[in-house]
Order: sequence, then structure tokens, then C-alpha cells
Amino acid sequence: MITASNVQKTGNFQKEVRSDTGMGEKQIRIKVNRLNAFFGPMQVLKEINLNIYTQQVTAIIGPSGCGKSTFIRCLNRMHELVPHARVEGNVLLDGEDIYRNSVDLIELRRKVGMVFQRPNPFPTLSVYDNVAAGLKLTGMTRKSILDEVVEASLKRAALWDEVKDKLNRPGMSLSGGQQQRLCIARALAVNPEVVLFDEPCSALDPISTGKIEELIHELKKNYTLVIVTHNMQQAARVSDYTSYFYLGNMVEFGETKKIFTTPDKKETEDYITGRFG
Amino acid sequence: MTHNVRKIFSSVMVAATFFCAIAAIVPLISILIYLISKGLGSINLDFFTHLPKPVGEEGGGMANAIAGTLLLVGMACLWAIPVGVLGGIYVAEFGNRKLGSIIRFTADVLTGVPSIVIGIFAYTLLVLPMKSFSAISGAFALGFMLIPTVLRTTEEMVKLVPTTLREAALALGISRFRTTFSIVLKTAMSGIMTGILLAIARVAGETAPLLFTAFGNRWWSHSLNEPIAALPLQIFAYAIAPYDDWHRQAWAGALVLIAIVFGLTLTSRLLTKSKYQVHH
Repeated sequence: MITASNVQKTGNFQKEVRSDTGMGEKQIRIKVNRLNAFFGPMQVLKEINLNIYTQQVTAIIGPSGCGKSTFIRCLNRMHELVPHARVEGNVLLDGEDIYRNSVDLIELRRKVGMVFQRPNPFPTLSVYDNVAAGLKLTGMTRKSILDEVVEASLKRAALWDEVKDKLNRPGMSLSGGQQQRLCIARALAVNPEVVLFDEPCSALDPISTGKIEELIHELKKNYTLVIVTHNMQQAARVSDYTSYFYLGNMVEFGETKKIFTTPDKKETEDYITGRFG
Repeated sequence: MTHNVRKIFSSVMVAATFFCAIAAIVPLISILIYLISKGLGSINLDFFTHLPKPVGEEGGGMANAIAGTLLLVGMACLWAIPVGVLGGIYVAEFGNRKLGSIIRFTADVLTGVPSIVIGIFAYTLLVLPMKSFSAISGAFALGFMLIPTVLRTTEEMVKLVPTTLREAALALGISRFRTTFSIVLKTAMSGIMTGILLAIARVAGETAPLLFTAFGNRWWSHSLNEPIAALPLQIFAYAIAPYDDWHRQAWAGALVLIAIVFGLTLTSRLLTKSKYQVHH
């Protein structure tokens, strides 16, 4: 359902600027409280406690199978889409538990967007319709608003200049790196507050990876970002906070600078220095 | 020595497969040639616009049978395609494993049921209570033959749509309903359309299910509760009649029927080449 206030919000897409609360004290956007996640009988996340700060980039690192992807999929309730998957604990988004019964999943997922490991544009849709899909398929049909949002989103995803002349071509006709930025534009078009990146560069070449990393730097001015990555250098380059996961436990969380120079835990140091993993 | 033997054996086998492949298409091509040579002469405007003439009179056409076939197939599609497609979506997207495999198995068995049995089924279920042969019962029988193919094709095509597309849509806050219909079904559409057209092409030529449902009619039908003409029935009736003129008309009818089936198959081929197709 599109309400008047939603239209207003979308219309103001470009003007909107979110204010930072100041230098020292960081505002908490998401507070994760004793989160446990399961696939059937197998527990993949154990008692995770973590804060994600507004307009900061939080990186989740760790070896394969440590639960980092599951973790971010718990933040927009995508985890439970897998059969027999379940979650215990709380995730507070702006102070409200997203796992309470009354939560509207559609609203939640518009607030907390997601970019996936492999670029996955909708194959039947054009570049334009891929970006507009989130609005069009939730009832927004005003052409003028859609045009404005598509352009603004593609600009934010640093893709506009490359595709402005081929908006009607199939989304799949773009290169892999462009497709991933198209997916980022698609996620931004529904005006989220938080964007989750699930290893967004693992299927891309180094040049496309560089572009996505630059983009993440840029996006942090307006959005709260969480990025799962295999690549420690990437975490060091793009993030403000880093959390190290191992075997479903959160081993350490802190400012990226500190994690990569003077981690508190021996395991973190071993992983980061390449002695393990 | 053994090298030569192997080479000779290889050539012999290649030749054998080649001749078998030719043997497989010879019947189809000879049927086409035979039909064209026998039927083309009797095809004229009258054939498409006139009713059959009474015995002894030359000329006339199969207008009622052509329209009847189109109507029967159309009505069959109207009820069977939604059932097949929605059923296929259920099995692929929502059904649990046990129920899904039961439905799948039943559909496969249903595909193999002889069409005359489907005819008897429709006869018992509709013709007897309605006390009349009818277009409705004919369309019911044909639709019943469509469902399993449409359901299984839809299921297979929907399953080919990658999970990541569903997740991408859901992560945008798109509802499950819109995700299924606007993203998943749309992505699978060209494949589903192909399956549907091939299924239609198959049932368009079915005679047995219509024998005691649509029954055939030498005149126009005025309601769906009356017996109705259909091309395969008319061809059957004319082919076994003792009149030369009727035989010629039967050939012409067969040619038209083949042309319809051929057209549907060709359309399905073209559809699979659409520009936004998923590449498997």
C-alpha cells in the first residue's frame, strides 16, 4: 500500500539528508540481543550481541561457515525463508524488536534492504524496471515519481552515466559489475535506512570490486551499512567497525582500526594475520 | 589390424544411427506430402465457410467442425490452464515434499491414461446427468487431458527460476503474492507457454475423448448443451463413409487439423526465442 506520506517520502528522495548525531557518541541503529539461529537441529549462531551504528559501515568477517551470512539474513528476517530455519533472541531496529509478532515484514524489508552475493537482476525486466520493481510491485505507478526515483537511485549507485542511454535494455545485458550496482540501485530505490551486503564483491573482478567499495564509502553518508566479506583487506578498507565471527560465535567486535592493529583476542589476531582461516 | 576393425565398426554404427534417424522422420514427411497431395485440392473458401452438404450433393465444407474444434479447445484451455498453472505453482513453490510427490505422480499417471478412458469419465460425469452430448462435456474431457502436462511443465519451469530471484524480490519488501506472480511466473513464462502450446496442439487432434462427449453435429450448435462438431470427429465420420466426395473432404479436414497443430508448435518455438528469456 502506498500512502500519501510514503509518496511524500519518495518524492523527497534526493533532498533527504540524515543528520549525524555528533562526533563522539554514535547512535545505535540496530541492537542485536542474544541472537541464536538454527537450521533444523543445527545451531549456526550462538548468543550474538552486537550494535550496528547509524551511518557507519560494519564489516562481518570470518572463515566460511562461521555464520556471518546467516547473521545478516537475520537482520531483515530472510533467514526464516529457508525451510526449518528459526531464530531466537531480539534484534532491535531503532529500539523496536523486528521479531515481535506484530511486525510487518514488508515494511521491515523496505527499511532494511539487501544486496546479494551474486548479482541477481530480474531477468525479464529492463534496467529501468529492475530499479523500479520495488516500488511498482508494491503499488506505486506514478510515472513521474518512478522516473525521478530510478534516476536518483542509479546516480547513487554510480551507474547512471553508464546506463542512462540503455534504460530499456534487459538488466541482464549489463556486465557483472554493472549488474551488481544495478542491484544496489534497486535496493536503494525503496528508500531503506539500512543496507545489508552479503559478500557483494565475491563474484566480481578487482576493478568492479574497487567501484563497489568506493560506492560503499559514498553510501555511508546516507545509510547504515553492514557488509559480510571473505576478504579482510576489504573489511579494513571499507568499514568503521569490524566483527570477527567463528563457528557461530561472535569472537570480537570493535572499531576496525583497533581490530586490525591491536585485537583483544588471540583468535582474532590469528585470523587477521593469516595464521588461521 | 584391430585399429582397422574399430574404424570399420565405427563407420557402420554411424551409418546405422543415420538411417534410423532418417527412418524416424520419413513417416512424418510422407504423411505431410500425402496429406497435401490428397487434401489441398478440396480446400477452398467454401470448405471454411459452408456446412456439410447432404449425401449426394457435391461441395459444402466443414465450417461448423473447424469452429467447433476451436471452441472446444478454447473452452478446455479456459478451465484447464488456470488449474494446471496454479497447481504447478503450488507443487513447485508451496507444497510440502510428500504432497508434492503425490501430485506429481498422479499427474504423470494421468498423462498416460488412454484418451478413450478420459472420454468415458467425462461421459459418466457430465453426459449422463445432463442427458445430452454437449460442448461442455467435450471441453471438460479435453481440459482433463491438458491439466497434467500444463501442471508438470509449470512446475519444472518454476523450479528452474533461481532462489536468489525470489529472495531479491522479498528483500525489496515485495509481497509473496507479487513475488510469485510478477517475478517468478514472469521469469518462467516463456517455458510455460511452450508447454501449454504443445499440450494444446496434442489435444486439438484428439478424437477418442470427443466420441461420446461432443459427439459431432452436422449443423451449427446453438448452445453449449448440444452436441457439437469437431474436426477429428468429422474426419472420422467422413473417412469411414462410402462416398468419394466425403473422402476428399476428410483429407482436407486432416490437412487443416495438421496446419493448426503445426502453427501452434511453430508459435511455441518462436516464443522460446523471446529476447528476455532466461538462459539455463
